[in-house]
Amino acid sequence: MADPEIKSYAPHHESQSAAVTESRPAKAVLMIVTFAFLGIFLLLPLIVVFNEAFAKGLSAYTEALTNPDTRSAIHLTLLVAAISVPLNVVFGISAAWAIAKFEFKGKAFLTTLIDLPFSVSPVISGLVYVLLFGAQGLFGAWLKAHGIVILFAVPGIVLATIFVTFPFVARELIPLMQEQGNGDEEAALSLGANGWQAFWYVTLPNVKWGLLYGVLLCNARAMGEFGAVSVVSGHIRGLTNTMPLHVEILYNEYNAAAAFAVASLLAGLALVTLVLKTLLEMRYGAELAATRGH
Amino acid sequence: MEVRVANVRKEFERFPALHDVSLDIKSGELIALLGPSGSGKTTLLRLIAGLERPTKGRIFFGEEDASQKSIQERNVGFVFQHYALFRHMTVADNIGFGLKVRHGPSRPSAQEIRRRASELLDLVQLSGLEKRYPAQLSGGQRQRVALARAMAIEPAVLLLDEPFGALDAQVRRELRRWLRDIHDATGHTTVFVTHDQEEALELADRVVVMSQGSIEQVGTADEIYDTPNSPFVYGFIGESSALPVKVEDGQVWIADRPIGLSAPQAPRGEATLFFRPHDVDLVDECNGCIAGTVAASRRVAGTRRVELEIGGDRQRVEIELPVDHPAAQKSRVAFRPRRWKLFPAA
Repeated sequence: MADPEIKSYAPHHESQSAAVTESRPAKAVLMIVTFAFLGIFLLLPLIVVFNEAFAKGLSAYTEALTNPDTRSAIHLTLLVAAISVPLNVVFGISAAWAIAKFEFKGKAFLTTLIDLPFSVSPVISGLVYVLLFGAQGLFGAWLKAHGIVILFAVPGIVLATIFVTFPFVARELIPLMQEQGNGDEEAALSLGANGWQAFWYVTLPNVKWGLLYGVLLCNARAMGEFGAVSVVSGHIRGLTNTMPLHVEILYNEYNAAAAFAVASLLAGLALVTLVLKTLLEMRYGAELAATRGH
Repeated sequence: MEVRVANVRKEFERFPALHDVSLDIKSGELIALLGPSGSGKTTLLRLIAGLERPTKGRIFFGEEDASQKSIQERNVGFVFQHYALFRHMTVADNIGFGLKVRHGPSRPSAQEIRRRASELLDLVQLSGLEKRYPAQLSGGQRQRVALARAMAIEPAVLLLDEPFGALDAQVRRELRRWLRDIHDATGHTTVFVTHDQEEALELADRVVVMSQGSIEQVGTADEIYDTPNSPFVYGFIGESSALPVKVEDGQVWIADRPIGLSAPQAPRGEATLFFRPHDVDLVDECNGCIAGTVAASRRVAGTRRVELEIGGDRQRVEIELPVDHPAAQKSRVAFRPRRWKLFPAA
């Protein structure tokens, strides 16, 4: 999460009094432990991924990525993200707007409900859709009668992905919008703007960095989701395999080089997300500080 | 534009914030809504603006019933307490916003909007700051930009919520005079909310004193100060002292002594006597006066405040004496209020 609070405390670290500053050896030990831990558990695996991906040379790497099944997995992953991220942006903005700007019964419940995907195992999120849309499921017979295929097809994967990723945008916007209150919107309306103009010219620019940040996290998760998608996809090669599922299949077939080649793409996505997130945080933190001073 | 508030009641989730309030605001008038927090003054302002809808009653703009009109249709200029400037827009874009969001032929060209914005910046004495962002302005400058933005839409009525509330004392006093000048120059019907009586009395043509969701009194600064019509107004505006008294035979009594004030019109029975601490005559011989023991004496600027304990139940009142008055050294002081008012005890 954004942790603007922690940021605003940052200056205090510099002005810490000598009494609460640890001794030099203690500092060194703490830093070594932290770096060693991050190195072993995060950096090393990342290096291994890229190392294994190129283990059989560049040509094997490009071959693995141009394989038709791999290309269809990449294509499907992009498609799923392209559908689920915009939907969750719309949902996230509406939910944040409702929660931050109106008073209504059941608000606390709605806020809790938005966090549900974070607290439920993704496998269960997938299973829910099987129970709803599967052949033996609640709507199974009806769907079959009308020739609609959801499970083991793209719609099911999109649904499962939406379920897993919907908190990201909303959670980012709710505290931001709550802090900003209704004042700016009221000002816009008093100047003659209609609701849409107030949203477009005032609300949206006020939350744009937070929104972008939420979209970034939402997208990273949408492309990387494994558990829920695995349950509903059916693992049909070239048809319903997303990139994470494809990595697993390749790996299970002892095709390590190809598996790591695809994995390196996902890892690359994670790195890009991380860089963008850091850049945004720098920008977004300044924006928030300006908001406070205002 | 004349504004008429007729028997308006406003409830928030069954809790009444305003009871049956009526008020006539004349065209071109500068009027202050004055009251302690929770008196309903901001609610009344927001009702006039259209930011809230009345539970009962009507609000007229001129002859037209505006009660059910939205804030956009009412064409009011509203200056918010914390200005609500759009922080991602420059000063010029903030001021031009109301013109930019217009539709069709009433929307001026971008060039015209820019021209109007700098014209208004001239009016509020901030020329040259077009390209600044709100975060780069001082509190007083933001206040001026907020006012310029509200005036850009040529509002029928200008409404200001605690316009100087967030500023320090020096800037407040400056801006007060400046707002009066702007009002005199533009002639907008203007309503502002304040909890600062000095501000209200100095700035407004008429002051509306509010308390607990009702209007207590409407009048000029002189009327409000010299002839308060309720114990609340007497106590809220300026300094005042109050004493429980009794009215009998057209005379005012404290315990068993008449105090030399005759009140032939007042009803018999318990009452409260109000007077201003500075508006008293000291008397030497006490036949018919208020006499008390000096409990405390403080020097306040150019005068001396003396706190007296009156009668057996030691009611405390304050009076003001000239600094070098010999009475300040005595242990007992007798006085008679010059101007005073009786309100029947509740």
